[in-house]
Amino acid sequence: MTSSVSDNAIPMARRRRRSGPSSWTFAIAVTIALFALLPLGFVIWATVATGPETAFKLIARPRVGALLVNTVALVLITVPLCALLAVALAFLTERTDMPGRRLWAWLCITPLAVPAFVHSYAWIGLWPGLNGLGAGVAISLAAYFPFLYLPVAAAFRLLDPALEDQAASLGLSPLAVFRRVVLPQLRLSLCGGSLLVGLHLLAEYGLYAMIRFDTFTTAIVEQFQSTYNGVAAHMLALVLVVCCFALIGLEVVLRGRSRYARLGSGVARVAGVMPLGRWRHAAMALPALTAVFALCIPAYTLTRWLVAGGAAIWRMDEIGLALSQTLIICLIGGVCTVLAALPVAWLVVRRPDRKNRIVESCYYLASSMPGVVVALALVAVTVRVALPLYQTVATITLAYVIMFLPRALVSLRTSIAQVPVELEQAAASLGRSPARALMATTVRLAAPGAAAGMALTSLGILNELTATQMLAPNGTRTLAMAFWALSSEIDYAAAAPYAVLMVVFSLPMTWLLHHQSRKIAGR
Amino acid sequence: MKNSVVLAVGASALAFSAFALPAHAQVADSITIYNAQHEGLTKEWAEAFKEDTGIVVTIRNGSDMEFANQIVQEGENSPADVFLTENSPAMALVDGKGLFEPVAADTLAQVPEQFRPANGHWIGVAARSTVFAYDKTKLTADKLPTSMLDLAKPEWKGRWAASPSGADFQAIVGALLQLKGADVTESWLQGMQANYTAYKGNSIAMKAVNAGEVEGALIYHYYYFGDQAKTGENSNNLGLHYFKGQDPGAFVSISGGGILKSSKHKEQAQAFLEWLTGESGQRVLRDGTSFEYAVGKGAASNKALVPLADLDAPKVEPSMLNNAQVTDLMTEAGIF
Repeated sequence: MTSSVSDNAIPMARRRRRSGPSSWTFAIAVTIALFALLPLGFVIWATVATGPETAFKLIARPRVGALLVNTVALVLITVPLCALLAVALAFLTERTDMPGRRLWAWLCITPLAVPAFVHSYAWIGLWPGLNGLGAGVAISLAAYFPFLYLPVAAAFRLLDPALEDQAASLGLSPLAVFRRVVLPQLRLSLCGGSLLVGLHLLAEYGLYAMIRFDTFTTAIVEQFQSTYNGVAAHMLALVLVVCCFALIGLEVVLRGRSRYARLGSGVARVAGVMPLGRWRHAAMALPALTAVFALCIPAYTLTRWLVAGGAAIWRMDEIGLALSQTLIICLIGGVCTVLAALPVAWLVVRRPDRKNRIVESCYYLASSMPGVVVALALVAVTVRVALPLYQTVATITLAYVIMFLPRALVSLRTSIAQVPVELEQAAASLGRSPARALMATTVRLAAPGAAAGMALTSLGILNELTATQMLAPNGTRTLAMAFWALSSEIDYAAAAPYAVLMVVFSLPMTWLLHHQSRKIAGR
Repeated sequence: MKNSVVLAVGASALAFSAFALPAHAQVADSITIYNAQHEGLTKEWAEAFKEDTGIVVTIRNGSDMEFANQIVQEGENSPADVFLTENSPAMALVDGKGLFEPVAADTLAQVPEQFRPANGHWIGVAARSTVFAYDKTKLTADKLPTSMLDLAKPEWKGRWAASPSGADFQAIVGALLQLKGADVTESWLQGMQANYTAYKGNSIAMKAVNAGEVEGALIYHYYYFGDQAKTGENSNNLGLHYFKGQDPGAFVSISGGGILKSSKHKEQAQAFLEWLTGESGQRVLRDGTSFEYAVGKGAASNKALVPLADLDAPKVEPSMLNNAQVTDLMTEAGIF
C-alpha cells in the first residue's frame, strides 16, 4: 500500500514540477536577466544614437588616449603584483610552518573591511602630495589583494598533496614541483581572482579621484558632474565597457580548458606543511609588511584624525541619520538582491541545463559593468521613459541588484545544492502546490546561504559610492556619500567618524567571507 | 496555488508602489532644492528657514553644471523647486532654456542690480572673489603677477595650480571670455595648459600650495578664510593676492538662486528666495562659516573679509556667461 502511493505520487509530483516551478521560475529569471542587461543595452543604444561620426570624434581624441594609457597601465601593473603577493601570502599562511599562520591569514582578509577610497584617504593623510600611477598601483595593491588571496588560499587548502609527492618522487626539486604541479592547479583561482581585481580597478572612482589619477571611471564621473548625462560621458562609458569585455575575454583565454580533479576512490588528505627551518621567523616579514600597508596606515590615519577632531566631529544627529539611511538601503538592497538571485540559483542547481546556464552567465556579465555605467544607464532610462521611477529607492535598488547579484547567487547556490531534492518531492506528494512545496523545503533550508548572500551584498552596498551618489533619492545621504563630501572639502577630521563606521560595519561581513571560504574548502 | 499567486502579485505591487515614492514624501509645505552651493551653507540656510517659516527643505547635493544639465533633461518633470548655484553660468544655461519662473519683484528689490541678471529670472544670493593664493615662503609682493593674464607667460611655467573641472574656475574663464574675447581667452588657456598643475577641487589646490607643491593657485577667496577659521593647517603658509584694477582676475562671481517653472510649490519657493536675499538669509553669510560675500542691500559680509566694494571687480553681465563656449575652448586647449 505504502509503496503504491509513493510509486504514483512521485512521478505525478515530478510531472507537475516540470510544467510548474521550473517554467515560471525560468520566466522570472529571464525577466530579471533582461533588467540586469539594461546598462549594457543602454551603452549600445547610446552609441548607435550618437552616430558613428560624433562617436568617433568623441572617442578618437588625445584625452581618451591618455585615459586609456592610464587605465591599461594600472590594470597591467596592479593585477600581476596582486597575484604575486596573494600567492606568496597564501603559500606562507597555508603551506608552511610560519608562526601565527591563522592570525596572519586573518590579517590578509581584513583590508577588505576598509573601503578602497578610505585606503586612499589614509595614504594621502600620511603623504599629502601622493599622486599618479605609482600611487594608484600601491594603494590598489593594499586595497584589493585580498580578492586574490581568498581564492588562492582556498585553492591551496584543496590541493591534493599526492600529486606533489609523485612529482617529487620522480625527482623534481621543490621549486620545480611548485612551478610545474602547484601553480597550474592554482590557475583557475588565480584567473578568477585576477578578473575580480581587474574589474574593481576599472570601476573604482574614489580611490583614484583622491590621488588625482585619471581613469575612465573618474573621467566619466567628472563629465557627469559638468554635463550630467551627456554624449561625451556615454562614449567614455562605451570605451570602459569595451575594457571590461577585453578583461573578461583575456580571463577566458588564460583560464584555458584543462581541469584538475582527483579521480578514483578516497579523498585527498590534508597537505602537510613545509618546514621553513631558519627562515621560519623571517618569513613573517612579508605578511607583516603587508599588514603595515593595508591595515596600519588606515588605522593610523583614522586614529590621528579622530584624536585631532575630538568630540566636535561626532555630530550625532547627522551621523545617526546617515547611519540609519545606510542600513535601510543595505537592508532593502540585500533582501531584493537575494530574492532576485533565488530563481536562477534554484534553476542552475536543480535544472543545470544549457539555457539556465546562459541566463546565469548574463548575471555575471551584467555585474561586471562598473557602477558608474550602471548608474548612467539608469539615470538616462528613468529620466526619459520610466519617469515615475526617477530618483526613487526602486531605481537605486535595481542598480544594487545588477551590481551585486553574483554575491547572493554564489551563496544561495551552495546552500540550495545541500538541500536534497527529495524533500521538495515529498512536500509535493503530501499535496502542497509546487510553489508551497518549494517554500516549505528548499527555500527555508537555504536560509543560511540567503543570509550570507545578504551580508555580502550589504557589504558591497555599504561601501558603494559612485552609483549611490548618482542615483540616490533626494535628501538621501549614506555614510559613503557623507564621507566623500567631507573629505572633498578637505575636512578630513569630520570625515573620519564615517570611515570608522563603514569599517566597523564591514568587519563582521568580512569575517563571514573568510569563514565561508574555509567552509567551502571543508577545513 | 491561486492564493499564493494573488498574494505574490499583491505583495510585489505594494512593494513597488512603496519604492516608487521618493525617500521623503512630499509634504504640502516643503520644497526640494537642487543645491550646488557648499553643503554646509545651504544646510544652515535650510534649517534657519524652517525655523522661521515652518517650510521643510529637502536638499539634493551636486555641482553647478551637473544640475543645470539635469534640470534641462528633466524639463517639465523636474522634482526640484529651487536651484542654488555657486556661479552664474549654470543659471544662465537653465534660463536660456526658459525653465525659470521670474523672481518676485519685491525679492529682486532686495538685491542691487549688479548682483542679478537684468531679466529678473533669477537672483544673486551670495558672491565670491577670485584670488591668487600664494605660498608666502616662496613669493613676495613684488614677485606676484599683476594681472591674471600674466599666469600664461612662460616665466610661470610649473608654478601655479587650478581646478579646471570645477564650475568655479570655468566661471573665471567665462568672465575672461566676456571681457577680452575668444582670441585672448584661447591663447591664455594654451599658456595655462603649458604652465599649470591640475587639482580636483579648489580646497585641494589650496592645500597643495600650502604644502609647498606649487607656488600659487587661482581659486576663490573663502577657501582660505574657512580653513583659517578652523585649524589653519591647510592655509597658514598662504597669502591672498587680489588682482583688483578691474582685471579679469578680480572677477567677482555671483552665486544664483532661481525657481523652476515646473515647480509645484512656487509660493514656498518664492518665499525661500525672499527670505534668502532678505536680512535673515544674508545674516547667515555674515555670521556663519561660509565666508562668502553677502549681496543683499545693506547686508554686511563677514568682518574678516576685504570689503566687496574695495575689490574693484570688472563689470561682467552674469546672464551672458557662456559655459558651453568655455568648455569648448578648454577642450581645444587640451585641458579636458
